[in-house]
Amino acid sequence: MAPLKIKKGSSSHSAYNLRDPNAEVVERHTLAVVVENEPGVLARVIGLFSGRGYNIESLTVAEVDHTGHRSRITIVTVGTPHIIEQIQAQLGRIIPVHEVHDLTVEGSSVERELGLFKVAGTGEKRVEALRLADIFRANVVDSTLENFVFEITGTPEKIDAFAELMRPLGLQEVARTGVAALSRGSKTQA
Amino acid sequence: MNKTMTGAKMVVEALRDQGVDTVFGYPGGAVLPIYDEIFQQNHIRHILVRHEQGAVHAAEGYARATGKPGVALVTSGPGATNAVTGLTDALMDSIPIVVLTGQVPTFMIGSDAFQEADTVGITRPCTKHNWLVKETDTLSATLHEAFHVATSGRPGPVLVDIPKDVQFATGNYTEKKLRKSHYQPQLKGDIDAITELAKAMETAKRPIFYTGGGVINTGPAGSQLLRELVEATGFPITSTLMGLGAYPASGDKWLGMLGMHGLYEANMAMHDCDLMINIGARFDDRITGRLDAFSPKSVKAHIDIDASSINKVIRVDIPILGDVAHVLEDLLKVWKSRGRKTNAEAVSKWWDKIRTWQAVDCLKYKPSSTVIKPQYALERLEALTKDHDRYICTEVGQHQMWAAQFLGFEDPNRWMTSGGLGTMGYGFPASIGVQMGHPDALVINVAGEASWLMNMQELGTAMQFNLPVKQFILNNERLGMVRQWQELLHGERYSHSWSDALPDFVKLAEAFGAKGIQCKDPADLDDAIMEMINHPGPVLFDCLVEKHENCFPMIPSGKAHNEMLLGEASTKGAIDAGGAVMV
Ligand SMILES: Cc1cc2nc3c(=O)[nH]c(=O)nc-3n(C[C@H](O)[C@H](O)[C@H](O)COP(=O)(O)OP(=O)(O)OC[C@H]3O[C@@H](n4cnc5c(N)ncnc54)[C@H](O)[C@@H]3O)c2cc1C
Ligand SMILES: Cc1ncc(C[n+]2csc(CCOP(=O)(O)OP(=O)(O)O)c2C)c(N)n1
Repeated sequence: MAPLKIKKGSSSHSAYNLRDPNAEVVERHTLAVVVENEPGVLARVIGLFSGRGYNIESLTVAEVDHTGHRSRITIVTVGTPHIIEQIQAQLGRIIPVHEVHDLTVEGSSVERELGLFKVAGTGEKRVEALRLADIFRANVVDSTLENFVFEITGTPEKIDAFAELMRPLGLQEVARTGVAALSRGSKTQA
Repeated sequence: MNKTMTGAKMVVEALRDQGVDTVFGYPGGAVLPIYDEIFQQNHIRHILVRHEQGAVHAAEGYARATGKPGVALVTSGPGATNAVTGLTDALMDSIPIVVLTGQVPTFMIGSDAFQEADTVGITRPCTKHNWLVKETDTLSATLHEAFHVATSGRPGPVLVDIPKDVQFATGNYTEKKLRKSHYQPQLKGDIDAITELAKAMETAKRPIFYTGGGVINTGPAGSQLLRELVEATGFPITSTLMGLGAYPASGDKWLGMLGMHGLYEANMAMHDCDLMINIGARFDDRITGRLDAFSPKSVKAHIDIDASSINKVIRVDIPILGDVAHVLEDLLKVWKSRGRKTNAEAVSKWWDKIRTWQAVDCLKYKPSSTVIKPQYALERLEALTKDHDRYICTEVGQHQMWAAQFLGFEDPNRWMTSGGLGTMGYGFPASIGVQMGHPDALVINVAGEASWLMNMQELGTAMQFNLPVKQFILNNERLGMVRQWQELLHGERYSHSWSDALPDFVKLAEAFGAKGIQCKDPADLDDAIMEMINHPGPVLFDCLVEKHENCFPMIPSGKAHNEMLLGEASTKGAIDAGGAVMV
């Protein structure tokens, strides 16, 4: 990595300037985007990603402040540092976007996802599924004699791991929410 | 004070409130209530175009020439889809326009109703922002917000889609001054960064100002500050196609336009400089050429109001986020307070070097006494019109580049061209918009015959509203720019790049009741141009020029600034396969 020149007065004032902007390495970043909850705002954000060829690994959105009409969109994306910086700047141009935070560079954060898993099976497999669910602290939210629906929360990696284990045990259907994330400690985004 | 009125009336009221005096439009079912209100008032002048694309380009021309937002009004469905090219054009070139579209009534949206189109969906990627208004009570506030968004920060096109029932219903009118917006772009630049730039200016040996459309966008005060800065420092200045006129072409620090068809001296200076000061330009690919060879030895500063323009293409060392006029004011203050220093000795050597490049005389061409060379036509047009209160529009192609090279712009807002999108058909309607903004000025559209035909129907508009626009067509009977690329890149296989079955332009003009002039002999050119200038109405000037002239200089795609082609002799094998894939 080339030595970095840190300049004041950067356009972003972000920690990006601490990293080599020209590095070709692809990084995974979690962005928190606080938007006005108005029709079409999600389409604007998604359209930006598809129109400019950026990646979306995961996207979640919900209103987080009813009185203030604010929704929070959490996007997990991958790209070179240069692309990630562009994404942040491009999101900032969208008029109903109030704030854009790159949780990956703004200090540490927690990420959680919720998954629902429908697993069918009888006998040994059924017992094993229940046992593993217990280890993963997954809850049974529906059950019949032939199947369970498990609910699990955790990091995406944890949910991936759970899915891998359930597959041979009769995994039939999966629904995942995508990542929600908050920075750790007393820092707030909105 | 609470005013209640219909949505249609609100539109007219809000336009008045915003100081709008001119609207370019075309009626249809979904905007009839608004047209009814327009009929019943005298404050806003409506210009009936002949195609909605024309309305949007006219609004763009009006906006660029007056500094005020342009307004277009069109119907739903086909009216709205016809506006898409103009919206995209305005987005690429940062032109503030407000487009109002009619929509089917709210209770029919989604039912594939007659002339229904998902207008906000279609125009979302080609507007700065757009709105579908579902309640009459929110209509006026939305319209005021639309003007605010179009004109603040980096300007751009906005669209307000108004269903017909919202136009008919009655609601409360919100006055402009009561509007609140969270959209407040940062205007002041970071003072530390500005100081860093001032310091860099003190020591730079080979500095250059690289200015762009942002200087025009910021308003005349920005151009004034730029001029002061250039004169005080003595640094050379070049500009993009979009920034022409911010610094006067007659100024002695002026190097001419840079870029793909820019001047040799401007491109060489960009390549060899040690301090590049980008003021409101966006490192477009027509400017940078091969990225890894772009100005390799320079420290780069970039003043831009849009954070996404900074570091998008070229990494810069001194980014300054802010409005050009605000930043230049602070920069001048800081630089002056630090003692107005420059490295005068080195800069004077730099100028010596630049003069050797200027001596190359890169715009020279082979004159002819039998056929009109396009460059000659523009030289004569320049000589005969430069003392007029003159505004120039262009279409897209070789003629556009020659106009940029051979016409001189002394002031901002005098040059209207489609740079980012390169929209053939832009110039004629734009000239109509300019003439509306400046009724007594000499408005000329420098055109190619192929581009001009794309929106030729607007001759009807020019006639109806007595707009004496001059259409100066450099007629090479070719899609000249395409033909040039085919010659240089595709083995001279001229696939579909000539204009066949051209109309008789003089008769065409006459069919509309306009004046037509044809000129093919260089000896007659001056008289013909004078005849055009002196005619009080619209003129279609068919200037038959050399058919196979190429536009030079040219930096071939994928090449560096110092690998510029200067003329026919240097073109053989100049473009390799890597460059050929680029546009
Ligand atoms: C056939 C053809 C050939 C062309 N060849 C050339 C060529 O040889 N040379 C050339 O220069 N161009 C050429 N162009 C045009 C080119 O495609 C681009 O449109 C042009 O170079 C962009 O100009 P610009 O960088 O000034 O940016 P603009 O598109 O004008 O953008 C303005 C920039 O300034 C910023 N800005 C806006 N308002 C403000 C403000 N108030 N304060 C601060 N910043 C602000 C914006 O964010 C943006 O980054 C050609 C076009 C065509 C169609
Ligand atoms: C709407 C549109 N279609 C196609 C093009 C591609 N194009 C660029 S220049 C050009 C030829 C223009 O010919 P003309 O207007 O006669 O101008 P000239 O280059 O001959 O001066 C074409 C087809 C374009 N820029 N815009």
